[in-house]
Amino acid sequence: MPEKLTAEATLEREYLPVRGKILEIAAALDRITRCEGSNMHDPRLKQFHSALEILLGAEPDRAERIQLLFSRPYEENWPVTLQMPSL
Amino acid sequence: MYYIDPHIHMVSRTTDDYETLAKMGCVALSEPAFWAGYDRGSVDGFRDYFRQLTDFESRRASNYGIQHFTWLCINAKEAENVELSREVIAMIPEFLDCSGVLGIGEIGLNKNTRNEAIVFLEHIDLAMKTDEQILIHTPHLEDKYQGTRMILDMLGSDSRISRQRVLVDHVEEHTIRPVLEAGYWAGMTLYPVSKCTPARAADMVEIYGPERLLVNSAGDWGPSKPTAVPDFILEMRRRGHDEQLIRRIVYENPLAFFGQSRNFVFQRPI
Ligand SMILES: [Zn+2]
Repeated sequence: MPEKLTAEATLEREYLPVRGKILEIAAALDRITRCEGSNMHDPRLKQFHSALEILLGAEPDRAERIQLLFSRPYEENWPVTLQMPSL
Repeated sequence: MYYIDPHIHMVSRTTDDYETLAKMGCVALSEPAFWAGYDRGSVDGFRDYFRQLTDFESRRASNYGIQHFTWLCINAKEAENVELSREVIAMIPEFLDCSGVLGIGEIGLNKNTRNEAIVFLEHIDLAMKTDEQILIHTPHLEDKYQGTRMILDMLGSDSRISRQRVLVDHVEEHTIRPVLEAGYWAGMTLYPVSKCTPARAADMVEIYGPERLLVNSAGDWGPSKPTAVPDFILEMRRRGHDEQLIRRIVYENPLAFFGQSRNFVFQRPI
């Protein structure tokens, strides 16, 4: 990190953008709830909840963990599963 | 600041875009072969595309003082057609001695299927036999992590590969570390919605440092921003990073990577 950039300065810079993004999420979730046929058990909504829980943690790798949450799993033995010629 | 965009699809952009890029300091760019938005019907369709990339496009760029380089392959989306892919791979060597051709790319995976993996391996084999550098596309969104790991498995299983001659593109927070740790170059793509933002790219520079790291726009025919690299430069400046660090990522690093290609001849701007 450049020396000049303190946590205070970064928070100052990010405060309004983050506030705005949280508000967008809140409004989007309200929109889904308000619509006809809204299904609170949709796995994608559960994914959102898990993502929001990650944000509440204190570790500095939230972005990486959010990415992994929205990723299909990797399996080491994929060459066997896909019957690859030879690897 | 002069900069180089190492991944941009100019055949899909207008001449006005070249003018804008030039005004913003772009002095060179490299254009990997990719999907046209529809599947091409024959090997001749690819031959014509490669002529456009190696001939017409470089002339269009040079009118604005921009040096144009390119990479050749059949992309992952069309790799489902293994028969056509093999015809294209057999035809690619016709163009490998053209000026400005930096290697094989962007090869990779899209939906992480068996056919995509087979065609990926056959491209790698071509690159090894012809001593070419490699530029790799990693999949989007939920397929990225799995696909990147599969790509690293395939690269790692080929002992002929010099890792510093391979660029793994479109890395994000969850894929950058394994790519850099394995010794490959990593490209961060600034792209609306599906990839990375200038702020997140700057975060990754702060976390991982500038070694073997590139930034590109991957501008193409979809919603994309050809001037995304200047956005990254501005973000870095706003955070107080020094010009030397910024210049390393957007100018010196692309030169160092491209410089390993035998067809890379670069006129440094005065
Ligand atoms: Zn691309």
